[in-house]
Amino acid sequence: MKKSILIAVTLLTLAMGADAQRIKGSDTSLPLSQKEAEEYMKANTGKTVSVTGGGSGVGISALLAGTTDIAQSSRKIKFDEKQKLQEAGKTANEVIIAYDALAVVVNPANKVVNLTREQLEGIFTGKITNWKQVGGDDLAIVPYSRETSSGTYEFFKEHVMKNKNYKSGIMSMPATGAIIQSVSQTKGAIGYVGLAYLNNSVKAVKVSYNKGKTYTEPSVANAKNKTYPIVRPLYYYYESKSKSKVQSFIDYILSDKGQQIVTEVGFITIK
Amino acid sequence: MVVKSVLSLSGAITTIAIVLIVLFLFKEGFGLFGSPTIEKGYALFVNASNEVKTLNAEQVKQIFDEQITSWKDVGGKDDEIMLFRFEEIFNLYSDEELGENYSLLPDKLAEVITENPNIVAFLPNKYSPTASQVKKLEDKNIASSDFFFGREWIPTATPSPLFGMLPLILGTLLVSLVAVMIALPIGLGVAIYLSELANEKVRKVLKSVVELLAGIPSVVYGFFGLVVLVPIVQSVFGLSVGETAFTASLILAIMALPTIISVAEDALRNTPLVMREASLALGATKWQTIYKVVVPYSKSGILAAAVLGIGRAVGETMAVLMVSGNAAAIPHSLFEPVRTIPATIAAELGEAPSGGTHYQALFMLGCILFVITTLVSISAEIISKKQHTTKGL
Repeated sequence: MKKSILIAVTLLTLAMGADAQRIKGSDTSLPLSQKEAEEYMKANTGKTVSVTGGGSGVGISALLAGTTDIAQSSRKIKFDEKQKLQEAGKTANEVIIAYDALAVVVNPANKVVNLTREQLEGIFTGKITNWKQVGGDDLAIVPYSRETSSGTYEFFKEHVMKNKNYKSGIMSMPATGAIIQSVSQTKGAIGYVGLAYLNNSVKAVKVSYNKGKTYTEPSVANAKNKTYPIVRPLYYYYESKSKSKVQSFIDYILSDKGQQIVTEVGFITIK
Repeated sequence: MVVKSVLSLSGAITTIAIVLIVLFLFKEGFGLFGSPTIEKGYALFVNASNEVKTLNAEQVKQIFDEQITSWKDVGGKDDEIMLFRFEEIFNLYSDEELGENYSLLPDKLAEVITENPNIVAFLPNKYSPTASQVKKLEDKNIASSDFFFGREWIPTATPSPLFGMLPLILGTLLVSLVAVMIALPIGLGVAIYLSELANEKVRKVLKSVVELLAGIPSVVYGFFGLVVLVPIVQSVFGLSVGETAFTASLILAIMALPTIISVAEDALRNTPLVMREASLALGATKWQTIYKVVVPYSKSGILAAAVLGIGRAVGETMAVLMVSGNAAAIPHSLFEPVRTIPATIAAELGEAPSGGTHYQALFMLGCILFVITTLVSISAEIISKKQHTTKGL
């Protein structure tokens, strides 16, 4: 039964001449989209899905220019971007394909285990400069940020720092791997990375969003039951006109098989 | 005949392409000074009872970072500043209340501003509210002095990004000059050894090793720097951070070595045999001949090597991006993180909206880099020409 539906869908889309789909945007979603596309193409011979990165902003401007069918984004579409799409006579549909949690990491030798949102804000805006101010040793804090082109940078700024600017002269690293490397070898360091990147060379701190009443450890389980606060959705945006073209791929990602891949790649499933 | 015309055609095309690229670079770059200090398409609004008429970029940033919290500090009344970002309107009203295509949005915004005399609202021009109680703050264009002498580079600060290139250019020059100071003595030593002392067999092997050094991709150098050099620098100098200007200089020194060695070696080998023989005939030892005759004779060639080394270091992107810490602050010592111009362009251009202020600022940085490297190559050219005109010591 499933197979025959699949064949029917395949034939239908083939008949409409829409068998090549282009996905562009966020580098965070890139490994997920690639894996999904690979498996999808294995299951549906004759279909091609091409996935490229470049950043969330790049994906959405490509959607505007019509050079991609789906824009993948690690942040919600901005108001201006929505306006520009509207002016061009396009309407964007939004689908959440998975969630990603951000973990705040410190050097394993650091004895601080809990931090509140307010403390994190203070650290990254430069108001708190020594670990002893948040219950640690007398050691200068060295905050590491991502580069401005990263969706993670924007998300952390909006979500954790409540739109305040990072302190001027903050260290910014070109990749998540570089943050892990630097935090692991710098005693006073603090940084943020996607949950999937956590390993033993750094220590993730527990975070509180209610002024220190409860602290939650970053983990897939806590992100799923919504007790861990720093979680962001990963979006797909597509034009309403091309719905028929992209629907089967999006359905695949939202299916059990697709969501299993979400877990494998290290993100959090939508259910 | 045909070959000749094909060759001259390709020459002409290349020249035109280069000129066009340079023109494009400068056209985009200078657009910066026609851009407003507030993010394009947006403006700041206050209540009409507010005495403040205009705010500069620095003040806007401090207000929205809650470092300035009273209107008194920017020339107004002694009242607390109330911040209002455009997105907040959607928390106050649902999409239905705002009407079709947001037609009621400007009215609702006007209402909010009228009700709150202490407000400063950051809103898109498209929905700018018009009411007697609403005042739009005047906005100036970015001044060239803000760019060239600005001390803060925060390109994504909303509502008012700061584009001060001083920390970036100082970082670039510091890292490059120190790199050449490290690389020149080593490079010169290797060059002297290669041209004067080594036998043919050793020379061949060493020469290919040096060339191999030039062939390693810069990202590999960067990774090596991050994983190996950064912890070494950190522990040797007892620093809290290992990603410093000095680390970047070390990596750049290694990367500039092949250029310095090959240019300096060529210069040394160009010393005429007659001069060496004359020196030896006068009873000078081999070592005396090298440092009294050969090195002074090829002085300008060695200087050219140094200048080309600086040129190599100034333009290097990836390796520096990985080891320098990329903190856009004016460096006070060698052991602080710095951010260089090429690293800034590489890291930020990807997400800068095409045609926006940030994009133009990055092109302007490109122009500056272009001017620096052009000056470097011209001076290298002049210096090495000198070698051929002034014969003798």
